[in-house]
Amino acid sequence: MTNTVATNETILVVGAGISGLTAALESAECGKNVVLIEKNPSVGGRVSQLYKYFPKLCRPSCGLEINLRRLKANPRIKLLTMAEVTGIEGEPGDYRVAVQLQPRYVNENCTACGACAEAVTAEIDDPYNYQLKQIKAAYLPHNMAYPQRYVIDPSILGTEDAEKAKAACRYGAIDLDMQPQSIEIQAGAIIWATGWKPYDAAKIQPYGYDRFANVITSVEFERMMDPFGPTGGKLLRPSDGREAKNVAFIQCAGSRDRNHLTHCSRICCMASLKQATYIGEQYGDDSDARASIYYIDIRVIDRFEDFYEQVRADERVHFIKSKVANITEDRANGDVILHGVDTEGYHRYDNPHELCVLAIGMEPSVDASQINGGVASDASGFIAAGESTGAIFGAGCATNALDVNRAVQSATAASLRAIQVVNQVARAEA
Amino acid sequence: MNTLNTAMVEKYRNDFLKEVEENVEEGHWVKMCMQCGVCSGSCPFGPDWEHPPQEIFMMIRAGKRDEVLATESMWMCTSCYNCIVRCPRELPITHIMHGLANYAHRLGLAPKMNPTRRFAKIFWNNIAKTGRVNEMALSLKLYFMDGFASGVKKSLAMAGVGLGMLKTKRLNPFTLFRHKGVEKPKQLQAMLKKAKEIEDRRKGLAS
Repeated sequence: MTNTVATNETILVVGAGISGLTAALESAECGKNVVLIEKNPSVGGRVSQLYKYFPKLCRPSCGLEINLRRLKANPRIKLLTMAEVTGIEGEPGDYRVAVQLQPRYVNENCTACGACAEAVTAEIDDPYNYQLKQIKAAYLPHNMAYPQRYVIDPSILGTEDAEKAKAACRYGAIDLDMQPQSIEIQAGAIIWATGWKPYDAAKIQPYGYDRFANVITSVEFERMMDPFGPTGGKLLRPSDGREAKNVAFIQCAGSRDRNHLTHCSRICCMASLKQATYIGEQYGDDSDARASIYYIDIRVIDRFEDFYEQVRADERVHFIKSKVANITEDRANGDVILHGVDTEGYHRYDNPHELCVLAIGMEPSVDASQINGGVASDASGFIAAGESTGAIFGAGCATNALDVNRAVQSATAASLRAIQVVNQVARAEA
Repeated sequence: MNTLNTAMVEKYRNDFLKEVEENVEEGHWVKMCMQCGVCSGSCPFGPDWEHPPQEIFMMIRAGKRDEVLATESMWMCTSCYNCIVRCPRELPITHIMHGLANYAHRLGLAPKMNPTRRFAKIFWNNIAKTGRVNEMALSLKLYFMDGFASGVKKSLAMAGVGLGMLKTKRLNPFTLFRHKGVEKPKQLQAMLKKAKEIEDRRKGLAS
């Protein structure tokens, strides 16, 4: 695992979400050697946490499966999971990158049989489900996880649980003595695809994400639809586990706001329109089912406009042109009450809803100022698109708030730029 | 009609937004409003406003000069700053509201009987005279601003509070006759006059 052979003709891809996977695959399929590193125990990133894509409403598992097949079939890609960059030295065509590998405590012998998880009793919050669910401390990150290998959470090391897991494994796959390792990887060019994270909703004080159980974020709502998710595929609200039929969506939660993120996160309008269709999917013609979208303006362009028109035609979906001023809670029944004034007529409203979903903004997982002492970036900390610092190229949501389609385009562009650098190195050495 | 008002109507014709930008304190922010409505929804007195701030901004841009300058709405602002804190574009909404109220007052278009406007005048005349507020005179003037009968009624209603303050030495009735202001009130008045001249010159309001 650690004897990764890399040269200055290698392309290092940091992050194995949809952008990093794409950049690695496209580079490797052009004949370049690639080292792909991922912080988490499995690849796929936030796309693997989606229930459906917009606008076609198909399952991301399908696209992920295709990409995994390409990945498994390509000998030019070396994948390192649970790995993080700790430092970069050198220059274009000759980088030496320090990488820290965290121990998984499970080696390549693992067959993902699950005996260790059955043996272990301790539970941890499930990061794949945004901490909404408890899973065993010996776990497979999710059903489609690749590598298809269990992880032992370090919290049970030295406890009886760890020994139980080891004893349960019939393949000798559990190695509790694994240690963190520091390795150095040589690379000619680096593609930085560390993606995005949801903005901290608790910072939007008037919406009470930290105070009201039934105010959740869009990424959490997405997990509820997964049949294997925290609610078994039902829209159960956190306060009392009742089905939520009257659901509000608040757009620009953290985005386009000088108190939070100044940029437009771009995906949230389509994401909420998509999530509004989940209401119909769950409840059919139930007359109580309704989605209310509170917006400043709906930003759907090009072909997305058709999707918007479709959702608009659904009489279960209501549009209120207003940024909600604040939320209060009805203590008697746990409903949330949204307060504000609408822009179309300046009517004051105090609307009760069973569940409120904040269409949360995107911010870069890693601020551009933290990469190799700072790379060219915009005001929000995204890597500046079109500019580069040496041969470190941003891809996907590390460069901007992008949907999956545009992230993939951005990754292909980054791949081409990295290929040009390593081609120059190859010519110089020939 | 106020001559300043006539001059301004003539100067700006159909461009009320420009008039606001050039003459109202912080008025240049008005065009930045994106009509999200957070200010109106956040205003504790919001339900009592004829036109909430968001609507006032739109009315300014729509050139509704007479309606905006004559409305009581911006006089309702209590400077709680909720709107400024929440505005996603950081518009100084409170200051714009006061700026609009002040401008309407200068033009003679502000609602004559608006209690906030009348209180502001009483307060200003009181403090500008000696440099310190004469609280006794201020409260009496305020209570009696609608005539003798209602003044007596209001004073009686507050008598309990007044006596309590008297007992705890928070109120001295003699200050009505002998009020200690700043050392040189004449100089203060000269400064205020000069400041007004400078402001008027800068805003082109000198008449």
